[in-house]
Amino acid sequence: MNYAFDEFKEGMLIAFQAIRANKMRSVLTTLGIVIGIVSVTLMGTAIEGLNRAFNKSIAAIGADVLYIQKWPWGGGDDWWKFRNRRDIRMQQEKTLERLAETASAVSPTIGASRTVKYGQKYIEGVIVVGTGYNFLEISGANISFGRFFTRTEGDGGRPVCALGSEVAANLFPNENPIGKTVKVGGYAYDVVGVVEKQGSLLGLESLDNRVYLPITRFFQEFSSRWGGISINVKARSVDQLEDTKEEVRGIMRKIRGLSPRQEDDFAINQQEMLVQTFNQIGGVIAAVGLFITGLSLFVGGIGIMNIMFVSVTERTKEIGIRKAIGAPRRTILMQFLLEASVLCLLGGIIGILIAFPLSLIIDQVLPTAMPVSTVLIAIVISLLVGLVSGFLPAYRASRLDPVDALRYE
Amino acid sequence: MSIIIRLAGITKVYQVGDESVHALDGINLSVEKNEYVAIMGPSGSGKSTLMNIVGCLDTPTSGLYELNGTNVSEMNDNQLAKVRNKEIGFVFQTFNLLARSDILHNVELPLIYGGISSSERKHMAREAIARVGLSDRIHHKPNELSGGQRQRVAIARALVTKPSILLADEPTGNLDSKTGNDIMALFDTLHKEGNTIVLVTHEEDIAEHAHREIRLRDGKVERDEPVKNRRIVQASSNVGVA
Repeated sequence: MNYAFDEFKEGMLIAFQAIRANKMRSVLTTLGIVIGIVSVTLMGTAIEGLNRAFNKSIAAIGADVLYIQKWPWGGGDDWWKFRNRRDIRMQQEKTLERLAETASAVSPTIGASRTVKYGQKYIEGVIVVGTGYNFLEISGANISFGRFFTRTEGDGGRPVCALGSEVAANLFPNENPIGKTVKVGGYAYDVVGVVEKQGSLLGLESLDNRVYLPITRFFQEFSSRWGGISINVKARSVDQLEDTKEEVRGIMRKIRGLSPRQEDDFAINQQEMLVQTFNQIGGVIAAVGLFITGLSLFVGGIGIMNIMFVSVTERTKEIGIRKAIGAPRRTILMQFLLEASVLCLLGGIIGILIAFPLSLIIDQVLPTAMPVSTVLIAIVISLLVGLVSGFLPAYRASRLDPVDALRYE
Repeated sequence: MSIIIRLAGITKVYQVGDESVHALDGINLSVEKNEYVAIMGPSGSGKSTLMNIVGCLDTPTSGLYELNGTNVSEMNDNQLAKVRNKEIGFVFQTFNLLARSDILHNVELPLIYGGISSSERKHMAREAIARVGLSDRIHHKPNELSGGQRQRVAIARALVTKPSILLADEPTGNLDSKTGNDIMALFDTLHKEGNTIVLVTHEEDIAEHAHREIRLRDGKVERDEPVKNRRIVQASSNVGVA
């Protein structure tokens, strides 16, 4: 035990002496590892950032919500089959809401793009969402001013609406929107509330550039050729999502009059599907990215191996002396492994010190994150590179014949 | 007296191209405790090869080598390393010190490989350095010392493990004659203190320090006899005493 420690200490001493004795060479060799670690770390950081950004951006979909729609998310190859499916109708939503026992809330949604006007101000391309009174319960968003429309207003198709935060900010920069009347696609609606800021979905569609109004009103005023709706079903909890899914599936099959031999003619979408699709694509991007940047680390490792061979050759005589006074093979092996590892570890640490501020700069463009695990993995990898690329030279050194080694000049 | 080294029928054959070169061709000899032996011979006589085998740096092609009653002729690399560490103290012509380490560390090194604890190691190393009279240079690097001092460090390193034999290969070959005499005086003293010394040399007057002279020729022992005109030297003097 004590011996192993002394041997290790001696090895470290030799490693640092050797590095100090060949400063320029050590710096250049280490540079290969530094570049490798910087690129791998930054790539890992970017991938991690991408994952985080994705998870954040799909949070609005809700992990405990099912979306019953005509089209499955993530597509599918059978476009015509989905196209020819029957639309999902309001009546089906009503029946489902009545029958689904494991759901905590069921709400229909439908959307269209319209211009929203208040006085002289107007915004084009606002997403008009026709939905039920309990929409917010399902989406998990909160109201920031006023209220959402009530059940009575919803069922009665009253001309009331809640504004997305972006719409509210643009139409009412200096006044309270509650109680004002806006024109949505030419029809008048009274503003009852403003929904808090939600950000965007997948970084594309803003969830705040919206107007929410009763779905029955929507059908009256924004054409019924948008007959197909989406039924949003919230489970009691994420754990019960699968149970709810099975129940909803059974009810929907019954409502739509499917015989047991027929397959579903509707899709039950959930956040998980997007996550899976993303993980597939993200996994490929990550693998390719890490492979390409890993190549630079590999080249760095070759540099270490090369310089270790030089080092062994240069110090053949020293190896001979050490062997003559009783150093076993293991000690010589360890000495050179340590030297390679120290070089690589230094490179790894310097690499991380460089990569960290760089990741902060990149963060301005793309959301990045450098978690502690990435740092630890980078250090372990650089250590492994040292051990792997140092092994062959160290092995050769340990096998040198003491007589030949002593005679070497 | 107990036998330290016993060689029986030692041969060493090198393959040079298609030719077999018999560097050693049936060596038989024994060295007893506290003997002072000089091995002489012209170049190519096999004295370096014999030295390497006796020093466990190399193994014979055939024959038996017993060191302190243990058969070392068929040991593997790591076993030999252990024997070199515990039983043998080497002194080389070119000193063979580690240039980047100071004197203390150089002398300490065999003890590190021998697994001696740090405090004991330091103590033993300082003692050995004191023994060769370099206590004031303990933190110098080898290149800050003269040739004679370097060889003293090498002797301290050889002594520090209290080995069974001191093996010196042309220990004065790189030194001027005055410094060489000092080194030989040191060997003489070490012998008087009970060490067993085997030295390889081609210089007659160096060999005359020993008590027994073995001459090699063509890989065979040509002559093995006591030294008649023993040379006793005081440090920094050159007085031969019959």
